[in-house]
Amino acid sequence: MQTLEQIKDRIAAALPGARLAVIANASPAGQPSLLLDHEHALEAARFLRDAPELRFDYASNATGVDWPERTVKERVKVKKMIDGVEKETEELAERKIPGCLEAVYHLYSMELGHGPLIIRLRTGNRTDRVTLPSLTPVWRSCEFQEREIFDLFGIVFEGHPDLRRILMWDGFEDHPMRKDYAPAASGEAKA
Amino acid sequence: MNEALDSTGGAVPGQRFPRQDAGGCGPDDRVPEGVMLTTVERLYNWGRKNSVWPLQFGLACCAIEMIAASMARFDMARFGAEVFRPSPRQADLMIVSGTVTKKMAPQVVRLYNQMPEPRYVIAMGACAICGGPFRDGYNVLPGIDLYIPVDVYIPGCPPRPEALLEGLIALQKKIAGQPLTGAGRPRHLDADAPGAFPVPEYGAHDLVGPQLPAAPDA
Repeated sequence: MQTLEQIKDRIAAALPGARLAVIANASPAGQPSLLLDHEHALEAARFLRDAPELRFDYASNATGVDWPERTVKERVKVKKMIDGVEKETEELAERKIPGCLEAVYHLYSMELGHGPLIIRLRTGNRTDRVTLPSLTPVWRSCEFQEREIFDLFGIVFEGHPDLRRILMWDGFEDHPMRKDYAPAASGEAKA
Repeated sequence: MNEALDSTGGAVPGQRFPRQDAGGCGPDDRVPEGVMLTTVERLYNWGRKNSVWPLQFGLACCAIEMIAASMARFDMARFGAEVFRPSPRQADLMIVSGTVTKKMAPQVVRLYNQMPEPRYVIAMGACAICGGPFRDGYNVLPGIDLYIPVDVYIPGCPPRPEALLEGLIALQKKIAGQPLTGAGRPRHLDADAPGAFPVPEYGAHDLVGPQLPAAPDA
């Protein structure tokens, strides 16, 4: 299989204007992934599936990730005047990373026997801009898994043929896999 | 029948007549051999406890142990409970074998309501008792006894078939000890006992509907 950078360059060449980013993975698995933008995600997915040297014809898994808003502390180099002399010092600075919801797809090629390729899509935020393009038109196997993401994370997939809840009942309003979900206390009377 | 009653009913407390000796003539020499004196209550309960037909359904891994208990190796037929009925109308016992999800709970309660009295419930395994390891999750009912009355609780995760058999024997003892009149009588002989239990409904955040009061400590 080609490296992720090579795949990224191929997509960029095939789809001019597509905003792509390689997301590093610092964990022992070390599997980097490819972040796609909303406008070109469907086309990029078709390209990954159909390009003769890639042929990612099998989406084995689609899942969601909830990223709440978080602050990270970083050491930043700052220039300061100390006793009339400009010196460079290190300071701790806090940086806010806005929250978002993410859909992650694991792709394999049955025909060429390579994979996985991991692609990601991110929503604008966690509240009102939670729409992503559905990849079910490209990989039919995403249908139930995107419904599950819709059910448990609340990502709305545009272009999905049958977007309903799949695990919880229809009248249910929460999204239980979000980090800030607090289950209703149904057993309190018993305990 | 004489022998069967002796062998299964010998341990019943409050027994009015002593056991007959083998070959003897009964508690009273005036009673001829082959005739036994007993009470309607004991005879009635003896029949009930030895033909407890469970409802055939399973909810999770505990059901696998329940199936094993009903098969030849553990052989629930020894206790008269091998006839798993596919219809609640013909069942006496509901074995809640496994995790009851909130989505499944209304159907379980509805099945229970469709069973005719006298009916009994065994909560098999940690999940059916209290939600088990999923108790704090979003989708599992923390105990089926929130909605239907449970007669026997079998702890375990899952309980082995022997544990299910012991639970069944405990249930048989309970049936055998039930008086047919008075305060402790079974529900089908009590006109004021509730016939149907409220089925919980799907709400916006959780199941909604009245729950049973907490079970008294045994």
